[in-house]
Amino acid sequence: MFGKSTPRKLSRRTVLAGTAVGAAAALTRFPAPAIAQAAPFKLGLLTVKTGPLAQGGIQMEQGVLTYLKEKNYTLGGRKVDFISADTGGNPAGAKTKAQELVERDKVDVILGPLAAFELYAINEYVQQVKMPTLSLAAADNLTQRTPNPYLLRASATSSQAMQPMGHYAATELKLKRVICIVEDFAFGYEQMGGFQAAFQKDGGCVVNKLWPPIVTPDYTPYIAQISDCDGVCQGFAGSNPLRFMKQYASAGLKYPVVTGETGADDALLKSFGDEAVGLVSACPYTLDNPIEPNQRFVSEIMQNYNVIPGFYAAGLYVNCQVVDAGLKVAGGDASDKRKFMAALKSVSLTDTPRGPIKFDHLNNVIGNIYIRRIGTEGAKYGLKLWNKTIHTYENVSQFWTWPEKEFLAHPVYSRNYPPLTKC
Amino acid sequence: MSSRRAAIVAGIVVLVALPFVISEDYYINIASQILLYAIFALGIDVLVGYAGLVSLGHAGLFGIAAYIVANVLAAGYGHTVAIVAALIGGLIATAGFAAVALRSVGITFIMITLALGEIIWGLAYRWISVTNGDNGISVTTRPAPFGLSLASPRGFYDATLIVFLLAMAAMAIFVSSPLGAALAGTRDQPRRMNALGYHVWMIRFLAFLFSGFLSSVSGILFVYYNEFISPQALALPASAAGLLMAIAGGAGTLFGPVVGSALVVIVQNVVSAYITRWNFMLGAIFVAIVVFMPEGLVPGSVRFGRAIWRAARGRKPTPSDRASATPIGGPRL
Repeated sequence: MFGKSTPRKLSRRTVLAGTAVGAAAALTRFPAPAIAQAAPFKLGLLTVKTGPLAQGGIQMEQGVLTYLKEKNYTLGGRKVDFISADTGGNPAGAKTKAQELVERDKVDVILGPLAAFELYAINEYVQQVKMPTLSLAAADNLTQRTPNPYLLRASATSSQAMQPMGHYAATELKLKRVICIVEDFAFGYEQMGGFQAAFQKDGGCVVNKLWPPIVTPDYTPYIAQISDCDGVCQGFAGSNPLRFMKQYASAGLKYPVVTGETGADDALLKSFGDEAVGLVSACPYTLDNPIEPNQRFVSEIMQNYNVIPGFYAAGLYVNCQVVDAGLKVAGGDASDKRKFMAALKSVSLTDTPRGPIKFDHLNNVIGNIYIRRIGTEGAKYGLKLWNKTIHTYENVSQFWTWPEKEFLAHPVYSRNYPPLTKC
Repeated sequence: MSSRRAAIVAGIVVLVALPFVISEDYYINIASQILLYAIFALGIDVLVGYAGLVSLGHAGLFGIAAYIVANVLAAGYGHTVAIVAALIGGLIATAGFAAVALRSVGITFIMITLALGEIIWGLAYRWISVTNGDNGISVTTRPAPFGLSLASPRGFYDATLIVFLLAMAAMAIFVSSPLGAALAGTRDQPRRMNALGYHVWMIRFLAFLFSGFLSSVSGILFVYYNEFISPQALALPASAAGLLMAIAGGAGTLFGPVVGSALVVIVQNVVSAYITRWNFMLGAIFVAIVVFMPEGLVPGSVRFGRAIWRAARGRKPTPSDRASATPIGGPRL
């Protein structure tokens, strides 16, 4: 009931929105439209601003703030109160912060969290309180075998980009024998499962899968095991791709390397050196995309924060677009969570920085996957290296080319599935 | 001491009245977290404060109980079975833990508990068929003892408060018992205790069991509170946080761990909403505690209070009013 005004305390969170509202109010002489007098729409963000995941988490917040600034803190015709919460990158923190957003701040929608284990920690809770949640976390099963009706994923599942990568590696790059290397956690298993399934379907063979720990000072013992193959697929996240590529090159290995959305994230381009040249990646977003919405997004975020955006920032910007469009469909009314969720789910957009998107019946995004290769050609924004788009797979679903039934009949991708086979 | 008794009564009254004063679910949940972590910190305090043994592996014991609850429930048993199994399993794990760790004292003890804690973390992380690895296990229901549902924040707080008060009472009885006195003796003068005929190892072992029991209780509350358990709850930072709660509040005191728990939980969950660099702030608070109240917040505040009281009555400070890095009774850490 946004018609009823609830007493609110002034907090640091309202300051940003308040400043914008105040500025807008000062500039306009017209009476504000009736809807603006209603209670503001409360947008909550669960992100990580401290600890090892903070770099991506801060980009998430920048993505949200860039969109809000562009829209003058108005979504679906309503003024927005933006509330950002730091989970600290751990599950108990995610739960407590989700409770803070829902119970204390009474948000209308939650954006985030970042990591799969954070999303699992709040998965039951958001269903209990019927809170629409637009996560960036990629945990496959939450839109597959154990779907959450209040979760909407406009980013991608862990395996969504890797499956086209497997296809591209087999059919275009003509790789035959590939060794996979990725961090030892669920996001890694699901990425490599997707790669292996699609790669082998098209005649390739994954000869080995290596699992270094998430935090390791040195990849040398793992790189030493890479031999007797004609390509490598890495799925590292955070800043790990930088260290891996460096150590891979200094070990003298020359096999071509392919990766998913985190392994060559555009935000890493400024830190990569020559060792990354030739790295082929598959990503739902590419900085290289010439379409107008992307150019606008990039120039705005660079103007606001002087950063090169990657998938984290773009993902949250798109999430905000979905909320904006969903709120319009719902006529600005987010009080009935079931209806609001249905409205969000019905959204299909053509003007996002990542291209057109829509949602499948399990609430996961269907959108383009871009295959890019790192080189110097086309580099902009003062960068020396550039992810140049070399192929686009359009309207890729989480099931790739498999029929949904067949896909869901398999267990979720894991360390042991699909198993390594002699080939 | 009557002022002490008054403080206890006042504390209980405040805790019982708390849900009537703050009506927001969010803050009641924070209070539940403070109490459940306080039990964890009390468990660590048994070893750190009273036995002089610093453990960096207690989150492992905490996690074993939580995982047992999650697995027993997933196997289709009821809450009573799950809780009893977790307490028994926690005690068995503690016994194994203690049997290995108590072969040493001092730095070696710290390192062995650290290693054991990391082993349990590694198992939780990699034994995917039991723990579901990184993705953790969800617990969908909370128990309803005597027909009182714990599903609401208020119900859960009341239950946690009862368990907490029982834990405090158990701790008070333990500390003032002959066993508690003997334990303090093994902390201060292990050789002399040995010469006097005390079985130092057995006394420490029993203390470790009590400590592990409190950790298990707290682990059970944790898994029901969060309705989720994953390996991060067992990792080294969780053990370190428990240790910091005990030391910051005042190791070797009954109320220190409770105050330490309140400090950490409030900064981590409430203050972090207003200050982005809350980790930094928590660090600064710990440094301030070490500088101004090396014995911990509770004993330090009592000392400051007494000094002010004396100054107000125009007396000179006594030597006991000054901070000492080594608490009475010799080095404890």
